[in-house]
Amino acid sequence: MISLGGKTEARAPLEGSRRARLGDVVTKRVVAIAAAGVLALLLLIIIVLATGGAKALHRFGFGFFTSTKWIPTEEIFGAAPYIFGTLVTSAIALVLAVPVAVGLSLFVTEVCPKPLRTPIAVLSDMLAAIPSVVYGLWGIFVMVPWMGNTLEPFLGRTIGKIPGLGALFHGNPNGGYNIFTAGVILAVMILPIISSISREVLSAVPRELRDGAYALGATRYEVVRGVTLPFARAGVVGASVLGLGRALGETIAVSMVIGGFNGRIGFSLFHPGDSIPSLIASNFNEATGPGLQRSTLVALALILVVISLGFAALARTLVRRTNRQMRASFARAAA
Amino acid sequence: MSSTVISLSAASRRRLSRARASNRIFTVLLWSAGVLALLPLGFIVTYVVAKGVGILGVHFFTKTPAIIGQPGGGISEAFIGSALIVGMATLFSIPLGLLAAVYLAEYGNGRFASLVRFISEVLLSTPSIVAGVLIWTLVVARLHAFSAFAGALAITVLMWPIIARASEDVIRLVPADLREAATALGTPKWKVILRVVLPAAASGLTNTVLLAVARGLGETAPVLLTSLGSEFVNFSPSKPTDTLSLRIYHYALSPVKSWHDIAWGAALSLLAIVLVLSIGARYLVARSRKTGR
Repeated sequence: MISLGGKTEARAPLEGSRRARLGDVVTKRVVAIAAAGVLALLLLIIIVLATGGAKALHRFGFGFFTSTKWIPTEEIFGAAPYIFGTLVTSAIALVLAVPVAVGLSLFVTEVCPKPLRTPIAVLSDMLAAIPSVVYGLWGIFVMVPWMGNTLEPFLGRTIGKIPGLGALFHGNPNGGYNIFTAGVILAVMILPIISSISREVLSAVPRELRDGAYALGATRYEVVRGVTLPFARAGVVGASVLGLGRALGETIAVSMVIGGFNGRIGFSLFHPGDSIPSLIASNFNEATGPGLQRSTLVALALILVVISLGFAALARTLVRRTNRQMRASFARAAA
Repeated sequence: MSSTVISLSAASRRRLSRARASNRIFTVLLWSAGVLALLPLGFIVTYVVAKGVGILGVHFFTKTPAIIGQPGGGISEAFIGSALIVGMATLFSIPLGLLAAVYLAEYGNGRFASLVRFISEVLLSTPSIVAGVLIWTLVVARLHAFSAFAGALAITVLMWPIIARASEDVIRLVPADLREAATALGTPKWKVILRVVLPAAASGLTNTVLLAVARGLGETAPVLLTSLGSEFVNFSPSKPTDTLSLRIYHYALSPVKSWHDIAWGAALSLLAIVLVLSIGARYLVARSRKTGR
């Protein structure tokens, strides 16, 4: 102590603190710039895509969204079939994935035996880790033949006979390469995302509330329906919207099984089609030359990123608000 | 009077049995949701292993693709290309992501920080094809060449927000006492961050990086538009380069049977690498929790 004393007290603190202050200022600047870089990345994406797509958007105007013609040799491009394909595949994915995903997260939080919980969480994370192209490969060689030869003809014979709803499941499944197959694969892909976030939200529901309901004699079903789900509703909706955002932007697996748009938009889910990402993936490298085709694809990328990031922003807001509300009411309950 | 008591109890007995029945149905539904959700994982992993394991041999890892119609050949160029592209992308996105995470965790209580946090969360949902279109426009179109470098930039666009967002949480987990103790000794803040906080968070940070690498390795669409693919071994950042994902994509869409087999082998390799990285990451976190701090 004493041997250190004299010198350090006389000079080092002053000098040291000046240097330390400089170091702190520099550090803060550097990390703040890196953080600003994240914002810059978003701006860059928007600006670059808007510039690249401006030519096509300017040329076609609003008709771009409603036209179904895609004739590269005549420089006529309409986005309607691709917007349609994107929305329909994502809708199928949501309808199939949300009940199973919420069921899975309720299973993990409510009924699953304790020792099974971690393995199930690990397995569902593994499902999320499988690369898109592996889903696509499995899709082509396993799902597509099964859908085309077995499931879809079966659906056509059963649900297809019902007036109204049956129109969705009508017609030739194109060997399994169609919008419905793409939607089913998307459902598998977004399931772990929805379930991991709703698991998080559901397990954040205050214990006291659920225990209170149990103490009143409610069954597990009544507790989930009357307490847990209403409490976590916005969060579960947020998780689903996040899954929707993922489904809208998913590229490779969809492009491998969706079959390609053949000029017909119909009610049947068994039609082959294209989504915006699958169209870009399969046409971008062929769209050479100075023509409008590339600009059109960039414009579609812009539309895609605006929609999917918009949904992501909405989803994060919902999840965050639920968590905050729960913390607040928990604090109130504890006080 | 007694009759009301009896009718009440009958009503509540009915209610009770109905409640029990609906509860039983509900429980069965939850169990089946659990099973249904995990079925695809079992199917996919089983198929990939069963179809892919036969093709794995020395040639698979050491040779480049055979000419159409010729049997044999391997995908060594894809392994090397994936390592090259994702390696570069990791080098780019670690400093970018980590610095942003340090800002969010150590200085991030203001409005600007919550905006950055929100945007980096939203950017996690960037469609992968968009990263490809972005880098194609910025790099490939200007240099008139597909390249491993462009591929790495496209993957960086996707890995950067992952590392930034996940690392912030890891850094925040470092106990406040450590920071306070170091600060009490007169250590300036930058030194606290560099010498105390980051080392304490090291295993968690490794975890987030491994997860991001796993994600980067699996991406196909961004490299399709920027790095294109190639049939030759390439170590140069300025040339078109193959990746495992691109090889699977091209072979799966081809009509050649022997290429399909190789695609399954490549899928098995990719899946094994990705799962080992994600599970390895989990193990690292579990271990660091166990050893305390």
